[in-house]
Amino acid sequence: MTAWKEICRVEDIPVLGSRRVARDQGIDVAVFRNDADEVFALLDRCPHKGGPLSQGIVFGTSVACPLHNWTIGLCDGQAQAPDEGCTPRFEVKVDSGMVFLKADELLTHATDLTRSVAGPVLRKTNTA
Amino acid sequence: MDMRVNNKEKMKLVMVGNGMAGVRAIEELLKLAPDLYDITVFGAEPHPNYNRILLSPVLAGEQTLDEIVLNDWAWYTDNGIKLHAGWKVTEVDRVQRTVSAENAQGEKVTAPYDRLVMATGSNPFILPLPGKDLQGVLAYRDIADTQAMIDAAKKYKHAVVIGGGLLGLEAANGLMKRGMQVTVVHVSEWLMERQLDKVAAQMLQASLEARGMQFRMSAQTAALVGNDSGRVSQVEFKDGTQLNADLVVMAVGIRPNTALAEKMGLHVNRGIVVSDTLQTVTDPRIWAVGECAAHRGIAYGLVAPLFEQGKVLANHLAEFGIGRYTGSLTSTKLKVTGIDLFSAGDFMGGDGFEEIVMSDPAGGVYKKLVLKGDQLVGACLYGDTVDGSWYFKLLRDGRSVADIRDKLMFGESNIGDVGHQGQSRAAAMADTDEVCGCNGVTKGAICKAIKDKGLFTLDEVRKQTKASASCGSCTGLVEQILMFTAGGDYSATPKLKPMCGCTEHGHQAVRDTIREQKLLTVGGVFKLMNWRTPNGCASCRPAVNYYLISTWPKEAQDDPQSRFINERSHANIQKDGTYSVIPRMWAGETTAAELRRIADVVDKYKIPTVKVTGGQRIDLLGVKKEDLMGVWKDIGMPCGHAYAKALRTVKTCVGSEWCRMGTQDSTQMGKDLEKAMWRMYAPHKVKFAVSGCPRNCAEAGIKDVGIIGVDSGWEMYVGGNGGIKTEVAHFFTKLKTAEEVLEYTGAFMQLYREEGWYLERTVHYINRVGLDYVKKKILEDEPLRQALWAKLQAALEGEPDPWFDLQDAKVDTRQFEPLTTA
Repeated sequence: MTAWKEICRVEDIPVLGSRRVARDQGIDVAVFRNDADEVFALLDRCPHKGGPLSQGIVFGTSVACPLHNWTIGLCDGQAQAPDEGCTPRFEVKVDSGMVFLKADELLTHATDLTRSVAGPVLRKTNTA
Repeated sequence: MDMRVNNKEKMKLVMVGNGMAGVRAIEELLKLAPDLYDITVFGAEPHPNYNRILLSPVLAGEQTLDEIVLNDWAWYTDNGIKLHAGWKVTEVDRVQRTVSAENAQGEKVTAPYDRLVMATGSNPFILPLPGKDLQGVLAYRDIADTQAMIDAAKKYKHAVVIGGGLLGLEAANGLMKRGMQVTVVHVSEWLMERQLDKVAAQMLQASLEARGMQFRMSAQTAALVGNDSGRVSQVEFKDGTQLNADLVVMAVGIRPNTALAEKMGLHVNRGIVVSDTLQTVTDPRIWAVGECAAHRGIAYGLVAPLFEQGKVLANHLAEFGIGRYTGSLTSTKLKVTGIDLFSAGDFMGGDGFEEIVMSDPAGGVYKKLVLKGDQLVGACLYGDTVDGSWYFKLLRDGRSVADIRDKLMFGESNIGDVGHQGQSRAAAMADTDEVCGCNGVTKGAICKAIKDKGLFTLDEVRKQTKASASCGSCTGLVEQILMFTAGGDYSATPKLKPMCGCTEHGHQAVRDTIREQKLLTVGGVFKLMNWRTPNGCASCRPAVNYYLISTWPKEAQDDPQSRFINERSHANIQKDGTYSVIPRMWAGETTAAELRRIADVVDKYKIPTVKVTGGQRIDLLGVKKEDLMGVWKDIGMPCGHAYAKALRTVKTCVGSEWCRMGTQDSTQMGKDLEKAMWRMYAPHKVKFAVSGCPRNCAEAGIKDVGIIGVDSGWEMYVGGNGGIKTEVAHFFTKLKTAEEVLEYTGAFMQLYREEGWYLERTVHYINRVGLDYVKKKILEDEPLRQALWAKLQAALEGEPDPWFDLQDAKVDTRQFEPLTTA
């Protein structure tokens, strides 16, 4: 039996919005809340170009990635057709208004995936 | 909870007809609800579903029957569909809910149904002539007819095609290619009179005559005469003349096949009468789709509308209950290799219409555009049809063409200035432009499929996207796209284009309702206007939220969760999830103190890139979300709204204060404009520029509002754009004082804010409503102008700066800090 880790209260997540949960290792976990107070958790990374899903617009049980508007299902992390791809999902438990994630998933799940990089680090180093 | 899972017995869906429209509806249904029904299909022809439109290329020997099969036998088996091909439905008992059919051997079969789809298509109309039952007299409708023609062409010489319409000419062309001498007999004065005007038809006729086809125009057939063996040998005309004929093909039109429906007691009036949900008006368990269905009095015979119907029908069969079919506008292309012909809309013109015509009979090119007022209502093209889909788009959108009227005839490639020249036609199309009208496939969708799925051949593209898989007229275009993508886009109804899939309402209807009903919340709009989705989508929510706050400033409830992330975090998201920050620099002027603070912030927060923008400001790129509030506070300059659908920058030249050429103080004018209108949300981003003299160093000609100082005052330009398509601003008016510049600019902005559709730039707004309309409102109606300017000032009065008045601006500051598990 794995331990559940307390994350926040449901009200700490905006309705039709999201919060991101920082981890020691790996990309944040995005926790989403819909208008029925259901809570979902996905890796905060779009399967398309790595956009932070926590920053997207939440509607129904989907989120639109803020970078290129891919629609990702909150329940399964699947991109909506015709787009293809899947974002790792995390198990969530809501108990007495508190949101919990699994401790072992926070520690080890999908920690190998990285964010896209941008900026001067992309420049070819000048060897001259 | 899904009740259907518990049903041991699936519902039974029976379809009468195995043609393109019906099977497409089943395909759409399987996508939505694969397990809802046990499906049984009856088809009179002993074939799986094939592409009837491509019978002409088969007849012409350009394709084989195998190549035009759309769903092979395996498809039916794989999807658990019971197919009775070669079985004719003889009776439907609507009380017992059973369908009875019979095959050629006289065997009978009966199938019960819970829901029934009538997709019986149409029958060719056979002229009631003496001799119509002779051997060698055919219609042109199905595989059997086509095969009979191919066989006849091997044995006989003389063919007569009765009917000079689309189908007749395709049949005649095919028979000619198979070596027959073909005469087309047509009752009207010119060919294809329902699709072409006289000039284009005569050019078409001349071109076909040059290939060897013969014509009898304005000719009325009296009888078909047979020989001793009972085969047709001659066609007799009413004027007493005769023509040799070993084969007669009747292609004088089709009629909806409603015999069975009539026998079943369904209401039939030029087709099986259906509602917008394709349900028959007689029996709620029965739907009709395709050529046999009469929707609002029209039975469509072209593939695009039928596929639209299929989508709607599937939606209702799947019990989603949210689709409506509201009719289609159709266009025509002729599938005779080597002949380019396109017509759409009201191409005949006449009283009350204006025509723009270009005619070059020797060069084989003819173009006629028909306008009513400022709108394109019809087009008829012969010889050069590359712009057909562009004209069709203008026609469907119903947008004003006043601004491009002088260039309209020369096609899309002549509109716009940069980035499109010398490219092939497909390359000049926007990603949202439709390539395949039959299947509603956009260029963007094709490019994406080619790239993502690594497609190389036309067949692969057809399979993946369905582009060019129906009538094939866009094959050339798809090949072009394939060429430049691998090597080196729903027939909407005009004016009623919905905002998105969540609603049937268009932008204007939503704007009007919000104003008329004084709606103040996004949820209120969704409820009153019967949104199909509980809380909209990423496309409609920002639009509705904007319409609320622009229509009812200070009263409507601004919903941050209905805004894009940039307008929620008041910074511009970058590809790695960091943000860019652009402080406001009034008219591009700054000070040493501001620059020092910016430099200190760059050091303190380790900001990787500092860049001067095109709008005369400084961009700090790569700011972490956690640092945003600190960066704003430390810089201590107002928010630049460089991330928002709002007033961005006011670009200025130095003007008369320093410049030896300057006639006006453009920098001060720019500051005044910017201070009067910053924090102004708009349908899209807004950029101003002010130049101090006609040398126009601030590039005012490509801004939403451009002001150019002249000796006697200011010239005002509107609707410029430096984006994808460079649009030069229109001269609007000449003004004397800086106060006037503020008033006229503000009034124009308020008009745009109140009337523009979300994501519509000023250039597109002006194109839609017409420059004359805007002039009437702003220049000619002084009380209105002053009222608009006053309204804008009132709306902006006391508006918060989101970087400093976070609470008033409803900035949810929780977003800046991640949650932790420590």
